[in-house]
This record gives sequence, structure tokens and C-alpha cells, in this order.
Amino acid sequence: MSALHDAMNKPAKADKLVSMREAIATYVGDGCSLAIEGFTGFISMAAGHEIIRQKRRELTLIRMTPDLIYDQMIAAGTARKLIFSYTGNPGVGSLYCIRRAVEKSIPGPLEWEEYSHYGLVGRYAAGASRAPFFPLRSYIGSDMLKANPLIKLIDDPYGTGKIAVVPPLNPDVAILHAQRADRRGNTQLWGLLGMQKEVAFAAEHVIVVVEEIVDESIIRADPNRTVIPGLIVDAVVHEPYGAHPSYVQGYYDRDNESYLAWDKLSQDHGAVLAWLDEWVYGLENHAAYVRKLGQAYFDRLKPEPLLAPSVDYGRYR
Amino acid sequence: MSEVTYTDSEMMIAVAARMLKGARTVFVGVGLPNVACNLARYTVAPDLELIYESGVYGARPERLPLSIGDPTLVSGATSVVSMADLFGLYLQRGLVEIALLGGAQIDRYGNLNSTVIGEYAKPKTRLPGSGGALEIATNAQRTFTIMRLKRRAFVDKLDFLTSPGHLTGGDSRARLGLPGGGPEIVITDKAVLNFDNPDREMQLSALYPCVTAKDVQAEVGWLLRQAEIIQQTAAPTSEELRLIRDEVDPHAMYR
Repeated sequence: MSALHDAMNKPAKADKLVSMREAIATYVGDGCSLAIEGFTGFISMAAGHEIIRQKRRELTLIRMTPDLIYDQMIAAGTARKLIFSYTGNPGVGSLYCIRRAVEKSIPGPLEWEEYSHYGLVGRYAAGASRAPFFPLRSYIGSDMLKANPLIKLIDDPYGTGKIAVVPPLNPDVAILHAQRADRRGNTQLWGLLGMQKEVAFAAEHVIVVVEEIVDESIIRADPNRTVIPGLIVDAVVHEPYGAHPSYVQGYYDRDNESYLAWDKLSQDHGAVLAWLDEWVYGLENHAAYVRKLGQAYFDRLKPEPLLAPSVDYGRYR
Repeated sequence: MSEVTYTDSEMMIAVAARMLKGARTVFVGVGLPNVACNLARYTVAPDLELIYESGVYGARPERLPLSIGDPTLVSGATSVVSMADLFGLYLQRGLVEIALLGGAQIDRYGNLNSTVIGEYAKPKTRLPGSGGALEIATNAQRTFTIMRLKRRAFVDKLDFLTSPGHLTGGDSRARLGLPGGGPEIVITDKAVLNFDNPDREMQLSALYPCVTAKDVQAEVGWLLRQAEIIQQTAAPTSEELRLIRDEVDPHAMYR
């Protein structure tokens, strides 16, 4: 199917707003490849938890930094394979559930496919523009070439020697959290832009999850901030605090205490299963998770305001 | 001055910061490098621009970030870009003057392992992996490595070569066309090592107070070369310690 045909097949309906339950049930099937992306911030924990709740199996999970959400999803048995570039608990240490899966096949064996950051960014970028490969100055001299045969060295056709290339990556589904979108899925994002744009354009289906649903006029007032156009979006989910314990720039801080607590708790598989029972299976949705933590908990994570001055786009007629 | 007490971490931070003298751009990792770079802005490199792989150029963090993707790095930065742009337009373009790296293992040519201990397919310990380290080690103009001196880390042979240093020594790095200059110094908790010889092999270059060459050799898994003249590294000054403790890392996250 051509990319154009694909884009044209997206629902033209103006209102794509659905519940997380419906979005996951519709687009995330057993065995699909899935990228819940966002670098340190904007990680849709709410989507990951709903996928665990709906007991998806045999997923190929793709993320540059698997973070707590894939640690939890892998412990819950949703995954067959992991594609990644850095599998640590950022700023803290190990991701123990992933280590247990890789080192001891608990709860089951896990295949893995590994890149450096620029390599995986390059795979998304090639996937996004439907290019045949992405060239980068990396990998030469590294054992990564032996560890992952999909990374290849080719002769630069313009004669400067060997260059590493990585193939395009087109996940079946991308799930991306952001500050705001309109009901058509036109999505605005500020803060760490990470790889969200590339992943969105690379994926066959896109679910955006946002803190706020806004009117189309808000989007049109600041078009430079629109990172993901509704054209490639299938579903919009409104999920306040949906990225907790990661963060959303300007909305809530990274909950570092939770990352440090996970470091301790996750060292024991039994403790992880008990945590999943209490915080995922035992709750009907993310709103219940937010209620269970309480508003006062989230109020503590609210940063002081630091507003950018507005800019003048000009009106031309 | 010898009465001033300080920790190993504070010594490493102070030494790393001094090495950044006059630098314009530095690629920063979390932990000690982060503290060192922020200290250098107060002391030897007031114009230093901090670059983070999360996509931040010219960060001015108001607090010490736990992770390299902390929101404090965004607020007040010169520019925030996508990771494709950060790795392509800043790093591969050659704009990173100095990068600070670490790893679980290092060999005599400054090659680093941050991937696995044991066999790759059946690892005894699965480490986080490259992240951006591989392309940083490839493309930064100069690389400084910060690692505690331990026999299990300074090994004769890496379990896995994640990030290239001087590869097999000599001009092997240049022959393969790697753009950056490779590792220049290794800052440890006992001594500073460098690669200032034609073989580009790690050698002892400076000892910290109260440390002997024998102490250093005891933590290195091969016969360590020695520079012709071994310098003595000065302990952190009271001003360096004040800045680390009061300004840069007031909550003692990395000390």
C-alpha cells in the first residue's frame, strides 16, 4: 500500500476523540509492533497500562529508552520482542524486569534488537519519509555491527569510504503523548521534541494522547508548534496526567521519586506483579489512577509558570 | 589546604572541570559529568555551552537534573531541537568540542563497553547499551572518559566493544575514517591517565594526593605504561569545594 493511499484511507471524520480503552482495542492487536515514544518526558504510561489491562500478547515493543513503561509491560507478559537503544532507568540505574527477561527468561524469553540512539532515530527518520535507508557516521569499529546484522556498512557511492546504514522502521502503531491537540488530531508539542515527529510519520497508525483538547483556532494561531498533523492521526485520547511518572513540559514535573522507588521495587518479580495488581489491573482506567494518587499529589508536581512571550505571525490579505 | 577534606567524587568533579578550561561546547552525560560541566561554567569555562543528547543546546539548568531529559534543561535553554537534529546537525556536523563518557569496562586503547558483561547473546549482566555513546565517541572532537579505577572495569579485553576509542592503537582510528579525535584523558578517583604516545595506549600521567603508581597499577588489568613525567594533581581548592557543595550540587546527589 502506498504512503499516499495510506494517508488517504485515514478517517476523514472531524472528531477522532475516543477513550483510551477504545483506542487500544481498535488499533493495538496481539502480535503488532508498537512504539510508545517520547524521550524521558511525554511517555504515555496510560496507554501502556491499558495495553496490560487488555492483556495484549506477542507485541514487538519499540522505544529508544524502554523506561518504566516497557519494564512493566514486559513483566506483565505483553511482549515477544524489544527494539531499543538504551535500556536503563534514566538517571537511576537498571531496568530490572527487562534484565530478568533477557538474563533469565522471566516471565518468558524476550528477543531483542539493539541500536545506538542515532541509529534508531535514523530508522524512524527513514521510515517517516519512506526512504530505503538512513546513513550515519557511527558503528565503524564497534561490536554493534556483529550484534545486529540489520546495521550494515556500505561503500559511499560518492567515494568517501565506508558508511553505516540502517533500514526504515515502520511500526504498526505509534502512541505519542503531547500537551494539546484539536479533535482532528492536529497536535502541538513543546519541550523535548525527541523523535515524536519521525515516529508519527513512520507509523501505520497514530494515537495521540493529550493533556488538553483545544479548539482548532488555538492550533491555527501557532502553526509552528504543530508537530503532528491530524492527517496522519487515527485517534485522539484526552488523558490528563497520562504521562505520569514521566512529565509534560509546563504541566507537571518528572516524578523522580517514583523512578527511584521503581528501582527498589522492580528488583523482585513478585513485588512487580503485586504492583501491577494494585495500580493497573485493579483500576478501571487512568482517571482512577489519578484519583487514587489524589490531586494533592499532582499539585506538588506542578512547576511555576515560565511563559514565552507571544510572537507576531502577521495577517496577510 | 591539606586540612580540607573532600570525597573521591568531589576530586573527580574538580579535575574534570579544570580539564574543560576555555572550552566552548561540551556534550554532557548524567551524574558526575553533569556536575563537572556546571562547575566549569563557574570557574574555567564561563562561555561553556552544555549540549544534551535529549536535544538541548545551551542549557542553563536551575537545578541539577537527575536524568538527561529533565524539564529544567529545556526552560531557559538557547535552543531545543529534535534528536535527529541534535545528532545530525550538532554532533555529526562536528560542533561538539568535548564529550564526557563513561562505561562499565575500558581497555588500554580507551575503547568502552556499556552493553553486556558475558556473552552478547546470553549476557551474565545486561547493561543499558549505547544510548548516544557510540556516535558521541565517533564524532566528538575530543573525548574525556570519567570512570572509577577498578580492576573489573580496567580490563585487558572488553566483553563487548560498544564505543570506539583508539581501537587497536596507533592510527587505527584515523585509518577507519572516524571523524573525532578519540579519547584524550581518563579521569579516575586515583589518577589521570592519557594517551600521549604513538601507540595511543593508556598511560599514567598524574597522581592524586597520597596515591602511588603501585596503587593505580593494582586496579588495572594490564601492565600500565607510565608517562615520562608523572604530574601531581592538586586537591580541590576550598573555592571549588564551596561551588560544588553550595551552588552546583546543593542536595548532594552526586557526592
